[in-house]
Amino acid sequence: MARSKLPVLRRISQIFFLILFLALLVFTSLRPTPGGTSDIHLRAPVRLFFEWDPLIAVTNAIASHALYRGLLWSLIILLPTLFLGRFFCGWICPMGTLQHFVGDMPSEAKRGKQRIEANRYKRWQTVKYVVLIAGLVAAAFGSMAIGWLDPFSLLVRSIGLAILPAFNFAVRAVLAPMEHSHIAVIKATGGVIHAVLQAVVLDFRETHFAQGLFLGILFVVILAASLRVTRLWCRSICPLGALLGAVSRWSVLGLHKDADSCNKCNKCLMHCQGGDDPIGGVPWRKSECLMCMNCVGSCPHSSLEFRFFRNEKEVASPDLGRRRTLTGIAAGAVAVPLMRANTGMGKSRHELLLRPPGALDEPDFLSRCIRCGECMKVCPNNSLHPTLDQAGLEGLWTPTLVPRIGYCEPSCVLCSEVCPTGAIWQITPKEKGWVAGSAQSLPVRLGTAFYDRGRCLPWAMATECIVCEEWCPVSPKAIYIQEAQVIDSAGNTRTLKQPRVDPSRCVGCGACEYACPLQEHPAVYVTSIGESRSPSSQILLNRK
Amino acid sequence: MAGETEPTTAGNSAPPAPEMTRRDAMLQLLRLGGVAAGAAGIGVWLSEHSFRPVPAKAEQARRDHRTAANSLFPHMSVVQGGEPRALVQRALEDLGGIRRFVGRQDVVVLKPNIAWDRTPEQAANTNPEVVAEVVRQCWQAGAKRVIVTDVSCNEPRRCFQRSGIQAAARAEGAEVILPNPDLFREVDMGGVVLKTWPVFTPFLEADKIFNLPIAKHHGLVGVTLGMKNWYGILGGERNRLHQEIHQSLVDLANFMLPTVTLLDCYRVLLRNGPTGGNLEDVAVKKTMVAGIDPVAIDAYVAKAYWDLDPAHLPYLQMAAARGLGTVDFASLAVKTSLLG
Repeated sequence: MARSKLPVLRRISQIFFLILFLALLVFTSLRPTPGGTSDIHLRAPVRLFFEWDPLIAVTNAIASHALYRGLLWSLIILLPTLFLGRFFCGWICPMGTLQHFVGDMPSEAKRGKQRIEANRYKRWQTVKYVVLIAGLVAAAFGSMAIGWLDPFSLLVRSIGLAILPAFNFAVRAVLAPMEHSHIAVIKATGGVIHAVLQAVVLDFRETHFAQGLFLGILFVVILAASLRVTRLWCRSICPLGALLGAVSRWSVLGLHKDADSCNKCNKCLMHCQGGDDPIGGVPWRKSECLMCMNCVGSCPHSSLEFRFFRNEKEVASPDLGRRRTLTGIAAGAVAVPLMRANTGMGKSRHELLLRPPGALDEPDFLSRCIRCGECMKVCPNNSLHPTLDQAGLEGLWTPTLVPRIGYCEPSCVLCSEVCPTGAIWQITPKEKGWVAGSAQSLPVRLGTAFYDRGRCLPWAMATECIVCEEWCPVSPKAIYIQEAQVIDSAGNTRTLKQPRVDPSRCVGCGACEYACPLQEHPAVYVTSIGESRSPSSQILLNRK
Repeated sequence: MAGETEPTTAGNSAPPAPEMTRRDAMLQLLRLGGVAAGAAGIGVWLSEHSFRPVPAKAEQARRDHRTAANSLFPHMSVVQGGEPRALVQRALEDLGGIRRFVGRQDVVVLKPNIAWDRTPEQAANTNPEVVAEVVRQCWQAGAKRVIVTDVSCNEPRRCFQRSGIQAAARAEGAEVILPNPDLFREVDMGGVVLKTWPVFTPFLEADKIFNLPIAKHHGLVGVTLGMKNWYGILGGERNRLHQEIHQSLVDLANFMLPTVTLLDCYRVLLRNGPTGGNLEDVAVKKTMVAGIDPVAIDAYVAKAYWDLDPAHLPYLQMAAARGLGTVDFASLAVKTSLLG
């Protein structure tokens, strides 16, 4: 009998969705669009993938008591899983595909018998259910910490903030000497390659992200683990896989094992992705199977087949047990209150924690942000970076604006357009209100600028400057100038223009901080006080 | 320890290796000798090339694209009362026509102000129709390439799109080049305060350069007109230029001498410049001031819209003293036209 064609179909599907994902991720950036002076929008940002992510939908619903725009689409994954099992993990998920690919590479640690043993079901595969339960309980306490481990979140964060910037650097490092070559042919070739890559994958300019190295290493380690145990991450950590595994217990599609023809050769274990016991003599574990169909293809006796409505002994539910269930509940129930017992959210927020425009107030923000880094990937000024400690441990990898690297562009709202969960609520440039004449309501404010008069050139060094005032985008400008007589080191009296901030006009965009010539420690800097999202973090009694 | 002192025993079971011939031994020695000699040679060569790194000497390249004065044509043309395209047409006509400035097969670079993420109505960037009309005329004059570019302050992709200049210039067939960070070249500008600066390459490789600024208010100088537009050819940390702004402006104007300047005063940003944003600060003047004397053009417009005399604008006097033009625009041949 001919070998099953299903693994081939599966592979085509995996490649298709991986490429689709990468394309969407690369195009989650500001790209030149034809047409006039219109506002700039993103047509196909990578958040489409998050809209297929039932884990994000479920936790978003638990934490915010609502489903943000588009998340209802995740039903197109959740509902078929009820009938067909974890096909998503084996056929669609790009994180799974990458691990599948790495897991198929030749590895010293996975040969013959070792490989078969590694692919037998292991009790530690239940860890992912504990993670899932902890994540769901944490969501009920108002924290979307599950985003640290959600596969799409992990992918966007790792590839968007580490792998792609590294790729951009590498390509430019090779092309730059070519483009500056004195040999015309080399120069022209470099120019053409650059232009082509620029149109397809390269960013307009190199980006750099805080913790990029760490995020990149973490990602490589997760993938490399598959060299030892196939899909270690999918099998043991992935909370989305756990959710789909739990849901698939009712699925009507299952593995039929023909006990008569099976001679227990174990070949089905060679390429098993899920570690779900496809071998004869033991019950098949439904919640672990990724529906990759490899076992069907590798069985030499055609003893295995996926069938609808079969009546066979199987382990349908996760092999969790009361103790592990309780562990998960306890972990989630203890973690969030403990993290909030710390300073950082209720008391003494970090002064440099500047959230993107449209961000909700901190408690609501943390109950939505999944730390996917999409806002950071899309920001055209490379302004947004993952936090380390600025938002407390609970807020690890949530976005913060770092004006000395990039300020917030006055009419740009791309971060709010790509945010999949509404942590940065979608706003229009008009609602942002930095474009003068359009503000019917109060503008969004990220913080307030302050001068360090000990470093500012006209204040401290008898030198003309006020670049900050030139760049200030609001109108009338939030930085106003006063002429002052100062005495320079030679004793001459000079008349200089000294800048000051009007806190009632400042929106905290950070353009002044970005433009300040004292780059490494700007003489004007933005702190979060006065951010419009927080009613308690205000300076003025009446800020217009 | 035994393993180290005793030769490996693995060879005992293998068949005895054939004796090495003298020829093989010689060849092996020759190969080793070659590698050793090569390694030694490269080593010596590299060690002789160990110098303390010094910055490469930047090219000295003053860009003088000036058009010679001609008694048949005025030095300066002031056109009022028309739409942007008509203003450009009349101004160029008054100055002797586009063919006076652009020859066949010329690479023409147009330098509008595309510094800010603003729309044309906000008058922070040059009017897109002005740019488009100049592009069209350059093609008529037989230019080989017409390039529109600027080194923006705000995010360039946003500035080029929202200024409308990208779309308008492309519609007329111009090459619109965004300031690619990889395409800057260190140039010795030979200025008093401006020494070596990165300059965007298209400006260095042009046959003809058109300065297409827009008239705006500026907090530090008072006004930003034609000469300040040359900020946009520089990369690097140009936020330092404010410290000696007048000398910087003169250094820049002395480095980059345009073929012709068309100063867009269709909309004039009277306050809150150079970024503006508020339409209440914009006055529609429907005017174009063009000519071959960059100093006179700035002096004329500063006086016309802000009532600023050269005494208030030291850079104009310094530029005149440097021989870049005259502040006394009244002494020049100025042709004033009123459209419609």
